This record gives sequence, structure tokens and C-alpha cells, in this order.
Amino acid sequence: MAKSIAQEFTKGLWDEIPPFRLVLGLCPVLAVTKTVENGIGMGLATTFVLVCSNILVSSLRKVIPAKVRIACFIIIIATFVTVVELVMQAYAYPLFLKLGIFIPLIVVNCIVLGRSEAFASKNGVVRSLADGLGIGVGFTLSLAALGAVRELFGSGTLTIWESSIQIFGPSFEPFTFMVEAPGAFVCLGLMLCIMNLLGKK
Amino acid sequence: MRDMIKMVVVLTILAAFSGGLLAAIKDGTAEDIEKQKLTFVKGPAIQQILEGASNDPISDRFKLQDQDQERSFFVGVYDGKPKAVAFETFGKGFGGDIGVMVAVDVATDQVVGVSVTTHQETPGVGSRAKTDADFVAQFTGKTFEGEFKVKPDGGQVDALSGATVTSRGVTGALTQAVDVYERVKPQLKEKLQAFGN
Repeated sequence: MAKSIAQEFTKGLWDEIPPFRLVLGLCPVLAVTKTVENGIGMGLATTFVLVCSNILVSSLRKVIPAKVRIACFIIIIATFVTVVELVMQAYAYPLFLKLGIFIPLIVVNCIVLGRSEAFASKNGVVRSLADGLGIGVGFTLSLAALGAVRELFGSGTLTIWESSIQIFGPSFEPFTFMVEAPGAFVCLGLMLCIMNLLGKK
Repeated sequence: MRDMIKMVVVLTILAAFSGGLLAAIKDGTAEDIEKQKLTFVKGPAIQQILEGASNDPISDRFKLQDQDQERSFFVGVYDGKPKAVAFETFGKGFGGDIGVMVAVDVATDQVVGVSVTTHQETPGVGSRAKTDADFVAQFTGKTFEGEFKVKPDGGQVDALSGATVTSRGVTGALTQAVDVYERVKPQLKEKLQAFGN
């Protein structure tokens, strides 16, 4: 019945991988995955918020009154998001400029609130930590994968830590559709389709 | 009734605690954020408008008290003389505050250059205030006094087509800059003496 702690972690990597299986949190998924780097940055920021808010929500779950639990969760989440925003401004300013408004928008990312409400408020601290970390890593990997595909075809490069690597030769004509918003939908749809085919029993 | 009290107490404690934590972190990171902004946002803008200065305007910056706030001023030295001073003001744009860096020739009170630093204007419309070199270039050489207004408002500045609100934000920031300049001029002159050699 009850899953082991390792299982709580690994479910976030495949069975409940957020953008593909739960199809949640699509706003940042579609908006920031123009490059791999942006995807990873956004993923790590979200992971930090997820893990911290999961830990805090689960350790306070007996204190928080049921009627105002959503308000409490939002305060906790918003606090950590602001922490991320300030720290990112102080130490990774170029990344902050690229992610811009999508960092404060983590507050309303339904993955974070969803995990607090559906998991952390009903489970122990260690389990919630494993759950937050698993979902966070899964989210980061999804964003990185989506970012890689879009950047590879959209601009022919892969950007990691400020250095762009040209993958294709100079005669490569960028498929700019991929880095635009509709390209993100199509790309997400195709990846969803591949995942469903692979996971079909 | 007890539920009510508990709800209020828990929420209050939680909110107070987060508020305190955030205030502490904001204080702790304020200096680093300022530095990062200097390198990545204001730096390029200053270098662009104080082009050809023989000093490094960013390391030669100083702060002056203007009414109830401190402002940073960046000095550009030309031919051994501190000729131009750049500083930043903000104007109300379409999507929030627009930061405008303006450099003024201290001898002639003419605009040396204008550059937009931060903005949240519509990409491709209002954002041209930052990218369209012609828009900011029209300020260069204008006398730095009175009010800056766009032509539809009876002023002297050509607005960006389709982005009048943004243009008004930029001119508003400049008008404000004129006020600031008038206020700090005595202090500024004193400071600049030090750069004379």
C-alpha cells in the first residue's frame, strides 16, 4: 500500500512527471523553454520552492487550521518564491533578466500548490521532502528536454551557462517556428505523445 | 469561536514570520543586487552615453543626497575634465516604471545622451524606446531645462509611433531628471572639483 520513500521520489521522474503526466504548470513550461539554460534555471528555482514549501507545509500540517489552509500555503510558497527572486537577482542576474516575470509567477504554479495541498498536508516531513524533490527534478528534466529540442531545431544551438554550442553546420537554416509560442505547444504535444507510446501497457 | 481565534493567530504568526524573513533577505542581498544591476543594466547604458570618456564612469560613481533619497551619479572625464554627469530617473510607462539614464554636460547644460535601462513595455512596441537608436538620439544636444514633452502634448519630442505612453514615460523621466539636476547642481559642482586633475 504505502510507497517507500524512494518510490515517492522516483514517481516524480516518470509516473507523475509534472508537465507530461500531470499536464500541470504549463505556463512556465511553454514560456521559458526557448533555451536549455532557461529551462534548467526555471526548473531549479521551482524545485527549491517545491522542496522548501513541502517541508514547511508538512511540518506545520497539524497547526494549520483546515479552513485557512490555502491562505497559509500561499503565504509559505510566496515567501520562498521571493527568496528565490532576490537570491537570483543578487547572484545570477543575467538569468533573472531572461526569466523575468516567470519567477514571481511560480507562486501561482499549480504544481507547487498542488503538492502542498495533495501531498505535504497529509504526509510526514521526510516523505514530503522526497515528493517535492522528485517532482522538482522531474519538472527540471522536462523543461531541460523541451528546451533542448526547441533550441536545437529553433536556433541550432545548445546554451549551457552562457556559452552557446553550435550543433549544426553554418548552412543550417533555423526552424524559428520552434522557438515561438505555437512551436512550444506542438513540441510539448509530440513529447507527450512519445511518452504515452512508451508508457503504453 | 476557538477556531476563529486559532485561524487568526496562525495566519498572523505565519505572515509576520515571512515578512521578517523577507525583510532580512532583502537587506542582505541589496548590495549584491545593486552591483549586479550596475554591471548588467546600468553599465552598458552608461558606457553607451558616456562613450569615449577617459575614466571608468562606473567605478568613479558617487552618491548625493537629493531630498529624501540618495542618487548615484556617474562622471565622464573628457580631455582631463569632468565634462558630463549621468544619472537615472524613472517615468511611468505602459507596463510600469521606465528607467532612463541621462548624461548632461555640466558646462553647457546640454543633453549628452539618453538611454533606457529597465522597462516592462510591450515587446516590439514600447520596447523600441530601448532598441530604436533614433528615438533616444533626438534628445542629444537639447538644452536640459524646463519640461520634456512629446509632440502630441505640445512638446518637442517625436513620440514612437504606436507607443505614445512609453514615449511619455521617457519624457516624464527626463523632466524629472531636470528637476533633480537643478536641485543637486551646487553639490554636484563641488564634487566635480575633485575630478579636475
